Amino acid sequence: MLLEKLVSALLRGACRLVTGAQPRWLCDPRSLAPRVYFANHCSHLDTVVVWSTLPDALRELTRPVAARDYWGHGAVRRFIAHRVFDALLIDRKAAEGAEVIERQRQETLEAMTAVLDSERSLILYPEGTRGSGEAVQPFRAGLYHLAKARPRVPLVPVYLGNLARILPKGAALPVPMQGQVVFGPELHLAPGEEKQAFRERCRRAMLELGEGRA
Amino acid sequence: MKLLADRELVWLIGGILAFLAVATVIAQVLKGRAQSESARATVDNLVARIRAWWVMVVVFGIAIATGGYGSLVMFAIVSFLAMREFMTLLPTRRADHRAMLWTFFLFLPAQYYFVATGWYGMFALLIPVYAYLLLPSVQVLAGDTEDFLARTSRLQWVLMICVFCVSHAPALLMLEIPGYAGEGAKLLLFLVVVTQVSDVLQYTVGKLIGKRKAVPSVSPNKTVEGYLGGGGLAVLIGTALWWATPFAPWQAALMSLVIVLAGIAGGLVMSAVKRDRHVKDFGALIPGHGGVLDRIDSLCFSAPLFFHLTRFYFT
Repeated sequence: MLLEKLVSALLRGACRLVTGAQPRWLCDPRSLAPRVYFANHCSHLDTVVVWSTLPDALRELTRPVAARDYWGHGAVRRFIAHRVFDALLIDRKAAEGAEVIERQRQETLEAMTAVLDSERSLILYPEGTRGSGEAVQPFRAGLYHLAKARPRVPLVPVYLGNLARILPKGAALPVPMQGQVVFGPELHLAPGEEKQAFRERCRRAMLELGEGRA
Repeated sequence: MKLLADRELVWLIGGILAFLAVATVIAQVLKGRAQSESARATVDNLVARIRAWWVMVVVFGIAIATGGYGSLVMFAIVSFLAMREFMTLLPTRRADHRAMLWTFFLFLPAQYYFVATGWYGMFALLIPVYAYLLLPSVQVLAGDTEDFLARTSRLQWVLMICVFCVSHAPALLMLEIPGYAGEGAKLLLFLVVVTQVSDVLQYTVGKLIGKRKAVPSVSPNKTVEGYLGGGGLAVLIGTALWWATPFAPWQAALMSLVIVLAGIAGGLVMSAVKRDRHVKDFGALIPGHGGVLDRIDSLCFSAPLFFHLTRFYFT
């Protein structure tokens, strides 16, 4: 327990020092009800930054969704993923055959709804993989399916700015520039809303946070 | 404590605290009298600024009180924060990553190391010569030539302003002035006080009687009256502080004039940079003031000039 606490504090301190990130909240940062935070994915720092800028009470309730092929490798990463982040590791490896893919997708969805049902929150990246950081990629369908399965759980767009410049793909050390974290207003899947329209609305909500218009 | 042994230093610091106390009282009086919406906003900003000044004076006071190394560490942190703010605003590309790491983790600490050891040659050459040649070499090895000249120039500029220029303030402590040994802290205090008092008085005089805009396309709040009145008063205050420096009164007056003029230029140049990048402030770390770089823009220009004039004529 002590080791987890120590690593957690160190990670948060380092994150603060390296990214200087101070969160901006456009929804209630004290609400303990389960939520789905969805963020743009542009750097290995993303999860640490969202996780460490959440207030203590929310952080303990929140489980980042992370790729098993990255976070499941090596003792240090596994320790951080399981014991510090309490991450929900999912398979994203392209499996063979439509049936297997469908089953994998179903399992992922069930794992995520189970987290929400246990009154905890999720952090996920609807772009699927890390982008170049220059543009937010089109969203995949996972967020829609999750919203459809649990329509009452609020979705919170999170915009991460500058992290791709601080620690770009393939770089080992971060340049300590100022990062940006904006938690946007909660949104819900409207009754009867189409998949494509919903995906586009969520993506726009996230982009607006980055443009400072919200 | 060595600090208390130096009578002049005690007077200087006491004077600053008295000045702030008076400003706090005036702000409270104004707060009671503000009627209109805009007047209240101005007074609220004034109160926030003065509160931030108390914090800055305490931090700076502790730095001075802990001797040379305290000031050095404080200015190194200031350089780091200023560089973080500045770099964040500039368009950089993936290929600049390594060079940016070098500016933060090699050149910044190295510059302050040379100040600490008093190695004047390396202090003066590290950034204008070694970093100047090494950074573009690192950048070119990344193989991306798009926008190359602008990219490499931006890095040079950030490093010069935030590290090279700022480091000249604590470097005052390494000057060996005959008959002034071990009293460098007062010289640093003189520079900072004249620079900052000049900023504050330009702002105040400008707000009170400012009419003619000085350079509206760069900095719409700056007025001719503010520059002349505030700058003039700052020169008078600087002259009146000659007893704490190695200067005669007329020399203190000229030095103050140089500090004020350089500070005005620094403020304008950094305003132009902000306009260019379409931002109002460099950051939001200091309530009422903006970022660290917003607070030290004038010091960036006055410190190197003051350092070299003092070094040339008095050592």
